Amino acid sequence: MTTNDVVGELRDGMTIGIGGWGARRKPMALVRALARSSLKDLTIVSYGGPDVGMLCAAGKVHKLIFGFVSLDLIPLDPHFRAVRQAGAIKIMELDEGMLQWGLKAAMIRLPFLPTRAGLATDVQQLNPEIKTIRSPYGSESLLAMPALELDAALVHVDHADERGNGQILGDDPFFDDLYCGAAKRRYVSCERIVPTAELTTLGCIHTLALNRTLVDAVIEAPLGAHPTMCTPKYGIDLEHLKTYAGATGDGWAAYQQQFVDVDHAQYIEAIGGRAKIESIPPTVF
Amino acid sequence: MADDYTLADLCIVACAEAWRDDGDILASGMGLVPRLAAGLARLTFSPGLLMNDGECRLAAEPIPVGPRAPGYEPQIEGWLPFRRVFELLWSGRRHAMTIPTQIDRFGNINISFIGDADKPKVQLLGVRGIPGNTINHPCSYFVPNHGPRSFVHEVDMVSGCGYDPGRWAPSVRRDFHELRLLVTNLAVLDFQGPDHQIRVRSLHPGVALDQVREQTSFPLASVDDLGETPTPTAEQLRIIREVLDPKNLRASVFKS
Repeated sequence: MTTNDVVGELRDGMTIGIGGWGARRKPMALVRALARSSLKDLTIVSYGGPDVGMLCAAGKVHKLIFGFVSLDLIPLDPHFRAVRQAGAIKIMELDEGMLQWGLKAAMIRLPFLPTRAGLATDVQQLNPEIKTIRSPYGSESLLAMPALELDAALVHVDHADERGNGQILGDDPFFDDLYCGAAKRRYVSCERIVPTAELTTLGCIHTLALNRTLVDAVIEAPLGAHPTMCTPKYGIDLEHLKTYAGATGDGWAAYQQQFVDVDHAQYIEAIGGRAKIESIPPTVF
Repeated sequence: MADDYTLADLCIVACAEAWRDDGDILASGMGLVPRLAAGLARLTFSPGLLMNDGECRLAAEPIPVGPRAPGYEPQIEGWLPFRRVFELLWSGRRHAMTIPTQIDRFGNINISFIGDADKPKVQLLGVRGIPGNTINHPCSYFVPNHGPRSFVHEVDMVSGCGYDPGRWAPSVRRDFHELRLLVTNLAVLDFQGPDHQIRVRSLHPGVALDQVREQTSFPLASVDDLGETPTPTAEQLRIIREVLDPKNLRASVFKS
């Protein structure tokens, strides 16, 4: 399956969850395919990085469900800021832990999960659809974080086999398993598709973060997280993030033409080639 | 006492006090001064503190800020991916210091946006984990630009909860909520004024109480024995300069 095949299975108005965190292991090859598609009115659920900014710049986002949008090494994403400051998208702004809870609730088929996070803040005031619940074991009120059910999940991992077992070699799996668990259709891009027998030779058993109950389709997209990091293979491409962040206003069209409206092989060429990306050292925070 | 310290050094030393007597909990300093302060507390009076590396590793010692020296590899003592961070912070075993954009008299803080929720004038980061932090474990704040735009009557978006009684339903548990310390470029403050409103605890050398009040949009109480913020000791300066920030990144904090 290709990234464009994935887009062909998606529809206008869908709710799509995107794995990773900030500028870390984002499924950017899939995100670029979304950005150059004719899809519209999407609801995006993300611990946001350039995935969110790019889809905002490309006019794909109807609503964003998020806890933050940051490029990590560049604190704020200008494309996200531009649509927000224009009042052009709807939002559901959540505490990071609430977002996790919403995905988890959807994954385990519960209508909500209780938490204290969000109480006594404007997260509660600005999201009146989020209710509170009284503990049946006492009198405490808790916030009932509703399940965040996704039509589709997009994540990027290091390796996967053809059947959909996914391996994450980076030290933090983030919440990719929850995104997949919360979604009806689960699309996993990977650096390399490998035979099942190779998986446990490439990393310890703890790296096998996605089992195939959580995955519908595997897409081979080497360097598919660029310009975000996919350690240990490559770090964040700060130079490219600066180019991306600088392409505001009228500058976006040229960026989109050069880096988005191209296939994955052309994209890697436009960046400067495979060796260049693989030489980006692991990011130190 | 040393007399060749900078304002950044003074603030780092003052911020470090937030973690005194905290024991074996995660100390999260978000931003340069809070991070250096957590490291200073860890290397001096709070040796039990745990620190992370900006990702998912617990480092057994504070990692110097800036590019790592060739060959330097921090000693790792544990694994703390984000999902475990949430478990840890919801369990209360953490004390975080962050940099709010706005703060009001009760310690409600904003890091999300300035202006209107539907069409903000300035979009910032978003609430991140601040709602969960503030209701679950001790939090402290550092404000490098104490002024009427940061110390406001009302924050534009309550990202982190303060002591405002009108914000708390009676049935919501408040006993895990604690705002500990507030350090600015002018003074050290806390939340022990009337009804837990912000109160001045000490003034930085050369700063007058009236000056702090002029830079604050709401009335400020102060402690009776208002003194001067302790200046860094020679040993504290040595640790900051030689161990925690050898490249002097802190020189940029108050440049503008």
